Amino acid sequence: MKKRVRVIERDDVVVKFAGDSGDGIQLTGAQFSDTSAFIGNDLATFPDYPAEIRAPQGTVAGVSGFQVRIGHKEIQSPGDQADVLVAMNPAALKANMNWVKPGATIIVDISSFDSRHYKRAEYVEDPLGDGSLDEYNVVRAPITEMTRDVVKRFGLDLKTADRTKNQFVAGILFWLFNRDLKIGENFLRDRFRNNPKLVEANIEVLRAGYNYAETVEAIESTYRVKPAEKGPGYYRNINGNTAIAWGLLAAAEKSGCKLYLGSYPITPASEILQELVKTKNLGTIAFQAEDEIAGVCSAIGASFAGCLGVSTTSGPGLSLKSEGIGLAVITELPLVVVDVQRGGPSTGLPTKTEQSDLLQALYGRHGESPCVVLASSTPANCFDFAYEAARLAIEHMTPVILLSDGYLANGSELWHIPEISELPKIKVPRIKDNDPSFKPYNRDPETLSRFWAVPGQEGLRHHIGGLEKADVTGEISYDPFNHEIMTLLRRDKLDKVVYYIPRQEVIGQPEGDLLVIGWGGTFGALYTAVQEMQEEGHSISLVQLNYINPLPYNIPDILGRFKNIVVCELNLGQLATYLRSKLPHFHYLQFNKVQGLPFLISELKHKFEEILGFSGS
Amino acid sequence: MENYSKTTAKDFKMDNDVRWCPGCGCHAVLSAMQKVLPETGIKKENIVFVSGIGCSSRFPYYINTYGFHGLHGRGAAIATGIKLANPGLSVWLVTGDGDSMAIGGNHFIHLLRRNLDINILLINNKIYGLTKGQFSPTTPKGSITKTSPSGTIASPFLPGELAMGAQGNFFARVVDNDLEMMQKVFIAAASHKGTSLVEVLQNCVIFNDAVHSEITSKELRDENQIYLEHGKSMLFGKNKEKGLIQDDSRLKAVTIGQNGIKKEDILIHNAVDREDTKHYMLVRMMLPENPIAMGVIRSCEAYTYEDTYYQQIEASRNKSTVGNVNDLFMSGNIFKLENHNGN
Ligand code: SF4
Repeated sequence: MKKRVRVIERDDVVVKFAGDSGDGIQLTGAQFSDTSAFIGNDLATFPDYPAEIRAPQGTVAGVSGFQVRIGHKEIQSPGDQADVLVAMNPAALKANMNWVKPGATIIVDISSFDSRHYKRAEYVEDPLGDGSLDEYNVVRAPITEMTRDVVKRFGLDLKTADRTKNQFVAGILFWLFNRDLKIGENFLRDRFRNNPKLVEANIEVLRAGYNYAETVEAIESTYRVKPAEKGPGYYRNINGNTAIAWGLLAAAEKSGCKLYLGSYPITPASEILQELVKTKNLGTIAFQAEDEIAGVCSAIGASFAGCLGVSTTSGPGLSLKSEGIGLAVITELPLVVVDVQRGGPSTGLPTKTEQSDLLQALYGRHGESPCVVLASSTPANCFDFAYEAARLAIEHMTPVILLSDGYLANGSELWHIPEISELPKIKVPRIKDNDPSFKPYNRDPETLSRFWAVPGQEGLRHHIGGLEKADVTGEISYDPFNHEIMTLLRRDKLDKVVYYIPRQEVIGQPEGDLLVIGWGGTFGALYTAVQEMQEEGHSISLVQLNYINPLPYNIPDILGRFKNIVVCELNLGQLATYLRSKLPHFHYLQFNKVQGLPFLISELKHKFEEILGFSGS
Repeated sequence: MENYSKTTAKDFKMDNDVRWCPGCGCHAVLSAMQKVLPETGIKKENIVFVSGIGCSSRFPYYINTYGFHGLHGRGAAIATGIKLANPGLSVWLVTGDGDSMAIGGNHFIHLLRRNLDINILLINNKIYGLTKGQFSPTTPKGSITKTSPSGTIASPFLPGELAMGAQGNFFARVVDNDLEMMQKVFIAAASHKGTSLVEVLQNCVIFNDAVHSEITSKELRDENQIYLEHGKSMLFGKNKEKGLIQDDSRLKAVTIGQNGIKKEDILIHNAVDREDTKHYMLVRMMLPENPIAMGVIRSCEAYTYEDTYYQQIEASRNKSTVGNVNDLFMSGNIFKLENHNGN
């Protein structure tokens, strides 16, 4: 007789997968997320992997992790701590013990909990025997051993056989979350569609995991998370890098400009290039250049020739591109530069997130060289801001830097697939052949942007370049007064962009005791912390900036309505510095973290409570 | 339709002042180019001149086509973007020895390797002119310059050798005081499909005057230059009485009639054979042993990057069921939530 298992209905559950980077952790995480999305859960994910491709096996340094939070309500952050931890070896357990909730379910692969692995993980005592896990529901599953048994008949080599063990874990989770195994089987059929033997082996293992969980009676309760309350329409699970690639594609199609990407591989931005090289069927030109500089310069050349020129990179690459971006500023050509930020300076922490490049994006160029600077704030809105970056670049004939980060790039969430017809129009400032009024630096009086005449067009031949240009005619000019006029025009052109971007929204009351200001990828954590505190009755609101240069016009008005302002960033205060220079009459408190990790909701709340306590409210 | 055969050199002149120093070799290069462009039959609107930074990189401002004066060393990358964006354009890159052999070396070799259909004029005066007289990567070893008061230490690059090492398919060399030679070779470069590199030995009257004079001077040029043409004997000298033969692994200059050398012994130039190692030897020939090779030394057919890229686009268009971004978004793992959801 089977024991009756309790089914717990939950609004949200956090699951963390951890193991060696070769254990297929990212795949298991992605599969779990996709099936969650498929049954309609809202979700947010956070993959966390070591910089080395194959770090020493079994060591804490080599632990790869994937955290996913699924929910029935709106999910904006992958959560601080896990309800379910899957640890494929002792190192994975050790690395994650601080990040599980009291009473959590911990599934360990008992096959790899031996003295050899303990030593590698630098455990002095057996964690499964020393009582340290008494407070948790520990499931000791012989994952490796049973997997090998199951796949024996397929005659796979040991390495390939062991690769399938992530499906054993998946099977356990399907049971734990009361899910239909068919969804998982279909995922595998799609994933390994070129190798029927692997499909079969993986499906067998998946089923074995499921049956194991059902029969072993080690798990006391299972979870059910109802589908999310989302508006009707089509959805899919999307990560930030894919969303950026797709936003650019949408902007290209909508504007009628061919998309040209000139990029050089760099973590964590390479996936954008990898995604776009797959879209040749849409006419995309995605060019892997010999270096970062060639990437951006070729994009500028393509833009001169009428394409939507884009270059994608991460912090060190942005440094290399700064001269090129300056060229796009003075030639006044559309250019989108996407910077998927990572820990710095220098090579820094390639796989870890940090809001490292705001000041670089704003000021890191020679001369008076203003750019539009945007920041996306969730994996899904990477789509919107990539689209927006392209729109502003084209309509205002200017380089636009879009800041994403490693957390958004690899994290994923549900994305409501938009109707292409409903995306904002993009007005392309092209000029007709033989227009007698054409002068290279004639400007649209509204936007102050020049017009886009493209080689091949008759009667519009002209020269542009990096030397200062005479106003209107575009001839080379060393005239001191002309230089000042052009410098001011470039500044004013950028300032005009403010009339073409939305006003800033405040999450919460429009006035109160504490205004939290964040930008970019910290949105999930800040939103969750602020919302929880609002529910607890605090007078606290959030402004999450997506438009940083120019700032939305209503920012000063918002800031004036709060007693305290705290700027929260994963750096030492770059936005705070910027705000102090732009709006010096406000007092800014700061909360900063530079550990290569996202904010924890708990540490944010702690800080906000402290401020509210001190301010006596 | 307009009759383009009617365009003349005048159509390609600008009415601005050309700012090179009087006597600078660049003037002649510009005028050769202005004479050549009408002969290519390409519409002015479809021609783009791109450059980097340096004296020679001012070139685009003086020619009445589209022009892009880029960044130091980056002209090759800018030109690559233009050509890939619109392969229908005729793209010329004008660059110098500092621009392409030093700061832009990486872009230069990769442009040749990819073989985009771009024509490069590498205007080589073996010195930095615009920054006033520092040595460049092609400055002869031991030269005293502003930044080498005791003589340069490193061996200079030979652009042609570098180009072939980078898988280049077209290399030619000309001198700036031979208008006819420049015109012939520029036409050959323009009609070659793929990256064509023309090294122009140009005289900087201010900072490196007469650096090429042993090759270019009226008195010495017949003896010290050999003008190569595909399919013709490698002859030189005032009365074409000298020629090249292969002697072991080297090319050797000989005089017909001396030491039993007959006209039939002289090598015939084959510019189109990609395996011909003589292209290397020709590029490396040095005075005083051998004359300096001029004309089209190498001109081999090969697929261009942009042709292959656009063929891949065509192929994936024909194969794919995804024809627009909406198809893409709706492909793969998607699901639908209905109105009543969440109630
Ligand atoms: S400095 Fe030399 S290369 Fe430059 S313009 Fe004068 S002569 Fe020509």
